[in-house]
Amino acid sequence: MYPAAQAGWAIETQGLSKAYGSVTVLSGVDLRVASGSVFALLGPNGAGKTTTVRILATLTLPDAGRATVAGRDVRRERSQVRRAISLTGQYAALDEAQTGAENLRMMARLRGHSRASARSRAAELLDRFSLTEAADRRVGTYSGGMRRRLDIAAGLVTDPQVMFLDEPTTGLDPRSRRTMWEAVGTLARAGVTVFLTTQYLEEADQLADRVAVLDGGRVIAEGTPQELKKTVAAQRLDLTMAGPDAYEAAAARLAGRLLHRTPEGLVLGVATDGSAAHVRALLDEVDPQRTDVARFAVHSPTLDDVFLELTHG
Amino acid sequence: MAEYAVLAGRSVRLTRRNPDAVITSLVLPVLLMLVFVYFFGGAIETGTTKYVTYVAPGVLILCAGYGASMTATTVSVDMTNGIIDRFRAMDTSGTAVLTGHVAASVARNTAATAAVLGVAFAIGFRPQAQLTGWLAACGILLLYITTLSWLGAAAGLLAKSPEAAGGFTFVMLFLPYPSSAFVPVETMPDWLHGFADHQPVTPVIESLRGLLLDQPTGNSPWLALVWCLGLLAVTLPVCAALFRRRTA
Ligand SMILES: Nc1ncnc2c1ncn2[C@@H]1O[C@H](COP(=O)(O)OP(=O)(O)O)[C@@H](O)[C@H]1O
Ligand SMILES: [Mg+2]
Repeated sequence: MYPAAQAGWAIETQGLSKAYGSVTVLSGVDLRVASGSVFALLGPNGAGKTTTVRILATLTLPDAGRATVAGRDVRRERSQVRRAISLTGQYAALDEAQTGAENLRMMARLRGHSRASARSRAAELLDRFSLTEAADRRVGTYSGGMRRRLDIAAGLVTDPQVMFLDEPTTGLDPRSRRTMWEAVGTLARAGVTVFLTTQYLEEADQLADRVAVLDGGRVIAEGTPQELKKTVAAQRLDLTMAGPDAYEAAAARLAGRLLHRTPEGLVLGVATDGSAAHVRALLDEVDPQRTDVARFAVHSPTLDDVFLELTHG
Repeated sequence: MAEYAVLAGRSVRLTRRNPDAVITSLVLPVLLMLVFVYFFGGAIETGTTKYVTYVAPGVLILCAGYGASMTATTVSVDMTNGIIDRFRAMDTSGTAVLTGHVAASVARNTAATAAVLGVAFAIGFRPQAQLTGWLAACGILLLYITTLSWLGAAAGLLAKSPEAAGGFTFVMLFLPYPSSAFVPVETMPDWLHGFADHQPVTPVIESLRGLLLDQPTGNSPWLALVWCLGLLAVTLPVCAALFRRRTA
């Protein structure tokens, strides 16, 4: 069941394909994003996330397939699509030699604001993204997190219907990442459809109503974050064994249930739901004498786990 | 129309804040003027006209080349930086972005021209022109600068990197030498005459000199006009096509 399906699709694609020379980047991508929802396109480096975003934002033409954004065709109705969207690309798109305020005022003017209203809109956005103090400094002096925030603010000089954010938090420190997440939440509450890409399941989990996993140019899974995580072990228990003999014995006991093994480090990984009771039971099962397990750690599934599960599971 | 003004304002601001651009457009022209007059001028025979008066229009033309070369670089910087994608996603036209760069180039060159003329006057440049002569000379110079700037923009669109873009424009910096810009063509070897007499810089320089010194200009102004408008008529659509190809 898609949430808010009755409100219509903000983004719809069918059989989107793209190749650069002999390299096939997308081969038949089908996506549907409900209006007003937050959608995450999850995939490793080189999966084709940026290419997908660029096609949807009318910057690149697909070789085949169809896509509509805000009800408009990305090929035939470029201008209408462009007026309905905002794009914050993977790399900051700002003038380093202009100040933060100048950059925002310029974008606002290009979006049709008068001089006065561009000024007030810029001030409002600088305040919203905690950049007021840095407003009159050149962007060249900004930190990575500040640039990223300004970059997102630049996408909001007019209220878009659909906002594209390509890896908005890659390379950010945890605090800036948190600020970014809050900004996405604010947008979503204001009714903006947010289409973001990420390499982190955790981020998709935090932000998105629905997630599509892109790999090898195809969507290999789609669903709510909960549904997606159910396809992989909810959590992983890593056991570091006391010695080679203990390692072999435990590996034999857990055969078939192991998620991974690292003989050099004497580490075994096994699925768990993460509850104290289950972890305790597993430890007792592997090591009834309480001498063989040196250390243990519980991990959330990573994107790698999701991929392993989806592609080889 | 507002977007043209906004982007021209942007390019001018970026130019003002780029130390390279400031040096190339103000310090270099003045230095060139002094170098030509004091280093070479003593050895060059230009008839009854003082060398400073002879060479000033040539230096203006040379500076237009430097200004246009910088345009190639600034256009290329934009094209290799994410900002062009943002502009496109905002439905800003490529022509408006390029026009902004050309406008900044014209502004830089206007400043350069003023600086060169200021220094030239100080060291003995004495033009004879009436107001109409000045206006016509300025008009031709402005057209020449605009034409070269668009050629620079095309070079910036062709080049893969800003460094390469600078290299593409060496022709513009070179063309004034085999012309009457710095020395009379008669002093050059015969085989150069054919080229020097039929390249675009020569009619531009001859018109400027003739108009400023109030001497007969023959058909030079018309030839200059035809060259510039012809080059513009080719370069503008080429720029639009290159921009489309670059952003496909
Ligand atoms: N303009 C291009 N020319 C050639 N290959 C490209 C181009 N853009 C992307 N690619 C290739 O397409 C693949 C997917 O790239 P991209 O969409 O950027 O992936 P992601 O954003 O998921 O990391 C990569 O292998 C990349 O090298
Ligand atoms: Mg990418």
